[in-house]
Parts: sequence; structure tokens; C-alpha cells
Amino acid sequence: MGMTIVEKILTRATGRSCVQSGEVVEPAVDLAMSHENGALVINQFFEIYKGTGLEPRVWDPRRVAIVFDHRVPAESAKTATNQKKVRDFVGQQGIQKFHDIRGDQGGICHQILPEYGYVRPGAVVVGTDSHTTTHGALGAFSFGIGATEMASVWALGTILNLEVPGTIKVIVNGRMSDLVSPKDLILHIIGVLTAQGANFMAIEFHGDTIRNMSTSGRLVLCNMSVEAGATSGIVPADEETVRYLREETVRYSREEARFEEEIALIAPDADASYSRVIEINASVLSPQIACPHTVDNVKPVGAVAGTRIDQVVVGSCTNGRLDDLAAAARIMKGKKVAAGVRMLVFPASWRVYKEALRAGYLGDLVDAGAVIMNPGCGCCLGVHQGALADGDVALSTTNRNFQGRMGNPKSEVYLCSPQVAAASALAGVIRDPR
Amino acid sequence: MTEHVVIKLGDDISTDAIYPGRFMATVLPSETPQYAFADYPEFRALVKDGGMKAGSVIVAGSNFGCGSSREQAASALRGFNLTIVARGFARIFLQNAVNLGLQVMACPEIEASAGDELDIGPDYILNRTTGKRFSIQPLPEARRAIMKAGGLIPYTRQRLVERH
Repeated sequence: MGMTIVEKILTRATGRSCVQSGEVVEPAVDLAMSHENGALVINQFFEIYKGTGLEPRVWDPRRVAIVFDHRVPAESAKTATNQKKVRDFVGQQGIQKFHDIRGDQGGICHQILPEYGYVRPGAVVVGTDSHTTTHGALGAFSFGIGATEMASVWALGTILNLEVPGTIKVIVNGRMSDLVSPKDLILHIIGVLTAQGANFMAIEFHGDTIRNMSTSGRLVLCNMSVEAGATSGIVPADEETVRYLREETVRYSREEARFEEEIALIAPDADASYSRVIEINASVLSPQIACPHTVDNVKPVGAVAGTRIDQVVVGSCTNGRLDDLAAAARIMKGKKVAAGVRMLVFPASWRVYKEALRAGYLGDLVDAGAVIMNPGCGCCLGVHQGALADGDVALSTTNRNFQGRMGNPKSEVYLCSPQVAAASALAGVIRDPR
Repeated sequence: MTEHVVIKLGDDISTDAIYPGRFMATVLPSETPQYAFADYPEFRALVKDGGMKAGSVIVAGSNFGCGSSREQAASALRGFNLTIVARGFARIFLQNAVNLGLQVMACPEIEASAGDELDIGPDYILNRTTGKRFSIQPLPEARRAIMKAGGLIPYTRQRLVERH
């Protein structure tokens, strides 16, 4: 029987001739990513070695990546101490793929990994972050795990007892109209699937809309696949993937340059078996919005147009890339953020920041009244950099709107595209940008 | 064994609800329980009043633990020796719970309210208060092996030693 992309990747990563959904496998891990929660991983890693007489060493320091992004610069002494602990560990273990709080290499983990060419098609990628699904955009099988599981990966280099997920095939055809973006598409898909519709499943994205979509857009789709419960989102690697890897990634070191050699494009078999197939016509899609307090509470923006907003957030691992900032700047250039509305912009990495600066996008946004923040997760998870008041309504291009997500259970968060966010920031109320 | 339902929750209880992001700088399992359900006054009141006795059960709807991979959500509940009976679990939370030895049971039809007494058998739950019986969906063999070893740390330790 034919195999899905995930089955093919796991076949390679286990050295077997065939792998089918439902089986339990122990694939080799190609890349293991953590952020500040590396501090907990380190704690669990040393626990594993206790009483064994073995020296705690990560199985392959070249395959471990650590990116500080959740609380940068540190918002508290506790965080600073965790970051210090990780920094020391990185030095001791010889981990090279380390991105500290620096303008010349920092950013959000889900931007840094693709940007530096760390993620390759066909790879098995794990991360101690649920949005690790993002990297499926490059044709990898990439999923989130907990800190103890990561400690186990650091020790063994394999994922123990992984159940091979079934796959939902989402076929998207048609040209999206202007001011409708990949974010609107994934919000629509989550609305269709519901918050648990893809639990324990992978989602494969197919169709001409996907084939014509840039890697930046594909990253948005895969990033939010987890909001339907998916283990992983995955786009079959194609010419666009090769173009992105060859032209847009940073030449980080001589070691990385070796990736030039060959890029394997893994496609599913024509007779692969899918748990479910969903077809979507993107040409009729309108701007979408996820309303409080669940990501699957999705409506056309028109249904809530006119809702008062207090804070607008553009950025994050979902929508903080150059094209997102460009879209917001185009709408806002020469205009003003409505009085009484705060607008915060979080570029996804310092490289994006610098490119947006050179292109004039950041200047246009600042002139309009936006505040440009340093790249990082920022207020998305309610830790720092933009708390909400009781009763505040936030409109955000981030990926979660659970009650209290931005730090205040007495506030509300709506999720949308950069285009909707920008148009609404000008109006002071939620507005369809068209 | 008779257990006691202390709290009844709905569907889609996220890890942001179980362990709010603003406490994520606290990572050690010995320290996380103080922030479990920090924004849920009913839970904190139970803890304060000593109502979280051995044999306490939280009953929830489907997709319990959705959202973030933060392991603090599992370790914080583990600290109270709670059993979580839900109609279903989100993947990462379920795996974290198994890895840390938090008792979790998927019971797709469960009906129970706070205050109900439950008999938890090997593959069923009898609600003694209502007299209704529900089947437990068994964990896959791969996850049971980790639970049997006492969690992922001893399980991995064993594998590591075998390799050397």
C-alpha cells in the first residue's frame, strides 16, 4: 500500500522498508530544538543520567538547536537565571546552533530554524514548543514534545515509542483574492476541522493554491495546524522549497553549506491512504477572524466588524515575516493608528527586522503610530511586553486566543491576518481590509 | 478503589488555563503546583481548604490539555496526585502526563459532576452516585510501557544503560 509523506519520512528515519499509521516506531531525530524551556530539559537530562555512571552528553551537538525567544530580553531574574543555565550548558556541550539575545543572529525559533537552513525536507524535527509544526512547511515531519521527552532525545537521539499518525489531506485550489492571505486560509481550515479535529493526525496540504504559495505562507499554514490538534502540518517539498533553501537561508557556517549538495523532495504515493480528505476553494475565501476564546471560533471578519479594539499586535512566529510587515505597512503608510489604540509590531527575527527597516516598512509603521518591539514571542503568551487591561480587546496576528492567553483572563483576543490587523488599527474597530 | 470528583470541567481546557504562561519561568516539578489553575478560583480554593485529598479526580470534556507543550501543566497537576478523567486528551499533554506519571484516563462517554463518587476499575469507571458505568479507552501499549517503568526518565535511563 502507498505511503503518506509522514510514513515515508519515518520509513527512512527508522531504516525500515515500510511504516504505516498506527505502528509504534523509534525514529532517529535530525534536529532537536528548544528555547528558554531548555532549562527544564537540562534538569530532566541530568536526572536521566543519575546513578548510571555515564557522563551526560547530548547524542549529537550538531543536531541540537537552542533559540531564546519567549522572554527576551529577560523579564525577570528567574528567566535570566534560566537563560544563563542554558548558555552555560550550550558551551559545555559544544552546541553550535545556539541563538542568544543578539541582533546579529536572534529571533523566534520558528523563524530562525528555516531562516538558517537548519530544516531540510524529509527530516524528523522535534521541538519543545507546540508550534514546531511550523517546519512541515519545508517538507519535514516536525512536531512539538515536552521537556522530559526532549531530555530523552538528547540522551538517545531517537524518539521513543512514537505512534505513526494518520494523515488528513487538505486540498486547496483557486487563487486567493487581494487582501486575503494564508492566515485567512488556515483560520478557515481550523474552523472546519475544529480545535480537536486533527488530534493525533498529521495534515498534508495539497492543491494549486499551495503550490503557488511562498514558503513564508506555507509556514503560516503549518504553524497553526496544531490549533486543530494536528501532530504536524506538512507541505510536500517542491521547487519553491528548493528555491527558499538555496536563495533565502543564511549561510551560517561551512558545515551548513554542505546542505547545498542535494535536497530530497519526498512526495506521498498516489495510492497513500488518508483518514479524511477536505477540499477547499480558496478563490471565494474572505478575510477570517477567530473570536474569543477558542481558535476554532472562526467567522468572516464582516460578522464582527465594528467591534472596538484596544491593542493591535502584528508579528509572532505566525505572521512576523517580511511579507507580513510589508502588507501592514502598505495599508498604513501615510495614515494613523486610531486614537486610544496601541499597536505593537514584533518582527519574527532580527534579519526580518533589518530587511523591513531597509525597505522602509518599519518607518512607515512607526510614522503611523505603531511601536516596533524587539523580535521575540512578546505578548503572545502573556509574559511581558504589552499586557492587557481588564476589559481590553486585542486584535492579533498571533496563533492563540484562549482566555487569559495574553496574561489577563479579563481581556479578549481576536486572531486575524496582518491585513485585517492593519486596517482595523486605523479604524479603531475590527474592519474588513477590502 | 473509590475516588471523589472534586472539579468538573468542559471541553478544550488549554494548558494556558492549567498553567498560565506568566508562570513559565518556574520549571521544576517541585515548584509548579503552586500555579496550577492559577486563574481558576474554584481550584485554588480547594487547595487552600485542604480539599485536594488523595483520590481526588478532575473530570473534563474532550481535548483536555490543548495548546502549548509546556510540561508544567502536567507536572503542576502531578504535584497534587490527581487523576484526570477526560473524554479525550490533546496529544502533547497526554504524552507529558504519561512521561511524568500523572494518572490520566480517556473515558469518551464519562458523565460525572463535582461531588460524585467513582469506582475506577482496570477498564471501566462506575459512577456510584448515578449508578452509570463507562469504559476506559486503553492507552496504547507504547505509552503503558513508559507508565509501567515509572515515567520516561527511568524508561530512558534503562535504554541508555542497555546501549553502553
